[in-house]
Amino acid sequence: MKVELKAIHKYFGPVPANDGVTFSVEPGSLHGLLGENGAGKSTLMKVLSGVLSPDSGEILLDGRPVSFDSPARAVELGVGMLHQDPLDFPPLSVLDNFLLGSPGRWRLDRSGVRHQLLALLAPFDFQFDPDAPVSDLSLGERQQLEIVRLLWLGVRVLILDEPTTVISAQQRAKLFSALRRLTEEGKTVIFVSHKLEEVTSLCNKVTVLSHGKMTGEATMPCPTDRLVQMMFGRSITVRKRSNVDLGGPILEIDHLTVSDWRLEVKDFSLNVSAGEVIGLAGLEGSGQHLVTRVSAGLLRPKAGRIRVAHRDMTGEPYHQFLEAGVIFMPAGRLEEGLIAGMTWTEHVALVERHSPFWIDWPLTARKAARCIREFNIKAKPDTCVEELSGGNQQRTLLALIPPHPRLLLLEHPTRGLDIESTESIWGLLLDWTRSGTAIVFMSSDLDELLDRSDRILVFFGGRVRVLDARQATVEQLGEAIGGQGFK
Amino acid sequence: MEAKASNKGRTGLSFKMTPLLLRIIALLGAVLLSGAALLIIGASPLDAFGLILSGAFGSPSRLAYVMTAWVPVLLCSAGLLVTFAAGLWNIGIEGQVVMGAVFATGVMQCLQPVLPPSAVLILAALAGILGGVLWGISAGALRLYGNVNEIFGGLGLNFIAGSLTVYLILGPWKRPGIGSTSGTLPFPPSLWLPAFKGFHVSPVEVLLGLGAMGLIAALLRGTYLGLQFKAVGKNQRSAFLMGVPIGRRMLLAFALCGGLAGLAGWVLIVGTSARHNLFPLISSGYGFLAILVVLLANLSALWSVPISLFFAALAMGSLQLPLQRQLDSSLGGVIQGMLVLSVLITQGLQSRFFRRGGR
Repeated sequence: MKVELKAIHKYFGPVPANDGVTFSVEPGSLHGLLGENGAGKSTLMKVLSGVLSPDSGEILLDGRPVSFDSPARAVELGVGMLHQDPLDFPPLSVLDNFLLGSPGRWRLDRSGVRHQLLALLAPFDFQFDPDAPVSDLSLGERQQLEIVRLLWLGVRVLILDEPTTVISAQQRAKLFSALRRLTEEGKTVIFVSHKLEEVTSLCNKVTVLSHGKMTGEATMPCPTDRLVQMMFGRSITVRKRSNVDLGGPILEIDHLTVSDWRLEVKDFSLNVSAGEVIGLAGLEGSGQHLVTRVSAGLLRPKAGRIRVAHRDMTGEPYHQFLEAGVIFMPAGRLEEGLIAGMTWTEHVALVERHSPFWIDWPLTARKAARCIREFNIKAKPDTCVEELSGGNQQRTLLALIPPHPRLLLLEHPTRGLDIESTESIWGLLLDWTRSGTAIVFMSSDLDELLDRSDRILVFFGGRVRVLDARQATVEQLGEAIGGQGFK
Repeated sequence: MEAKASNKGRTGLSFKMTPLLLRIIALLGAVLLSGAALLIIGASPLDAFGLILSGAFGSPSRLAYVMTAWVPVLLCSAGLLVTFAAGLWNIGIEGQVVMGAVFATGVMQCLQPVLPPSAVLILAALAGILGGVLWGISAGALRLYGNVNEIFGGLGLNFIAGSLTVYLILGPWKRPGIGSTSGTLPFPPSLWLPAFKGFHVSPVEVLLGLGAMGLIAALLRGTYLGLQFKAVGKNQRSAFLMGVPIGRRMLLAFALCGGLAGLAGWVLIVGTSARHNLFPLISSGYGFLAILVVLLANLSALWSVPISLFFAALAMGSLQLPLQRQLDSSLGGVIQGMLVLSVLITQGLQSRFFRRGGR
């Protein structure tokens, strides 16, 4: 099915998210939609899939103008979208989720549908139990289920919005081969991403959006510089790891055992020196989160000892760790990091105190303005943090870190951010390591782990392997994450 | 939701044009709906509204009544601004008012024979505050350590406070001779708050009420403590990770609110137009009324002042309805309810139609 979008405008308040976007996608092609965070990609695809209605502009499917009043209507006409966050019902079984949203039936033909589901799964090499609750599936498997469900509903144009943000490398490979297969069958796939390497390796053609406007189109293969130029209007230099001289021990973990309700990390030891950067790799929930949280004082170890700068901190409460200069930055920026509904200045006042009781608001606002400039954040002191883009929120979290932190524990510090934001964040982090801060960060981006760390700890089911980031290759790291080489 | 919160700004004192307009529309809607209710029972709306107005402001003594009803609502509203800022629904405020009255009565009964009246009054006020604080902290501790939602914990504590008053009135503190639910033996005028001659209002009460509101407004607007309450209310998890001691802040919010509610309980015993004794249901719903006041004021201290005065006037003014027209005085409550509902509906519609879109 050929898809054409003509002069799509969509405003949120006075701000145009899409400012007259026109482009077309040929039937049977794998079309990339590339752009930095906030470029308007998701908005445009929500318009195309009936989630949002455009303020003006036209959508044509196979040359016929259409308008959708709901996502269900779009699916009926053959356009389905896989959203960034899975829109399923975790307590229900796979089969029930599959059945939900199937139009107008009173009687459920469970066994018939079960066969259809299994038949659909087989060619893609997707494997899961139709009777398991969806909450038992990984995010990647939930994505696979949603793709199969949309195909079963007769979708001929499949839109995927940043599908690789939360899935493992293996699942990504599986997803990509499934998408290639779909286009061979004549389906049209629109792949939305801010990751250059994914788009260049997967798509036939790429459309680039920037600030709500189309800034270029290219047929693959195309040099990466040209795409970056289209995305940002300039080229970006990537700063690699700086070779900092390591100092004394900052974090010493001795024969530690820590667990939550489903996983245990046993007899784990680690020494991190001042200026060192440690990457934590592994599938989501393989034990990395236990190590970051126990090092921040948020979890109590069952056995073993933790020392921060020679001081025994085992069993101390979180605020003692905070005072010792251990800073924990969670993955959920607005869930656990910042406070939605509070302004930039108010955040500054929360983390630093100038007097015992009264807040000097003018002074705090000046301090906020200075921080905003220093960290290159697009905000004003009275901007509420939830209005900021992801990259600016992440920089805000960094800006709120008290001076001279000893140890930074970062969970996915650049998840969902474009190259420009990622570079600026790593620039700030590397400046800190030069003044002796140790960094332990979690990531699912293999290149980031290899480029930024000194050592990589790979977690698999609670067990740990250490890789030297300067020697290891992407393949070795990927295999280790998949469980190879663990005793 | 978020858009509304950000419009409110740091101080919570500013109203933008659109919300103000919406409130006026809500007020008109409430008047029309109440008028319709009056027409249905066959009364003239204009006549009834006129009676309420003259009942509230018609003479100095009526105005005095309004002022004395105003003060407890004002005190409770000030306290609730703190708990709402900390994201807590202090439904237990009624019980906190009752316990303030109970503690104040107890101290006055004990010390009345031995100390001069002014000392008794001051000690009773402190005891009232203590009673409210204890009851407030109980709700907070149930939430914090027992994982009991503060709404249910507060409701339970309200029942206990109510039953305790009845027990005291019919048991240990009963009037000489026979115990009666009409209450304990009234205190002598020496233990009443001093009032103006001819205008039966004590400047002490009004100053206490307005002063408490001013202090709370300053606390929430200008102090680290106030900011921490707000942080706890908006996102406990983030506030904790930023180093705010969230458990202690929640308990402190309950203690502050309970203390002000307890002070309101003391006013209900010693206030100029009070009955000067402890009787069942002494809190008279003032705590719940204050919840409505604070919600209507959209958590603004400045707006809580006129809105609580308006509600006090409505409550006192509608007492004229049964006296002069054989209409039930609960019509005041009907008007009040209509008003709250229409304001909440306009707020709901506002957040539905004027919210900012995300990408």
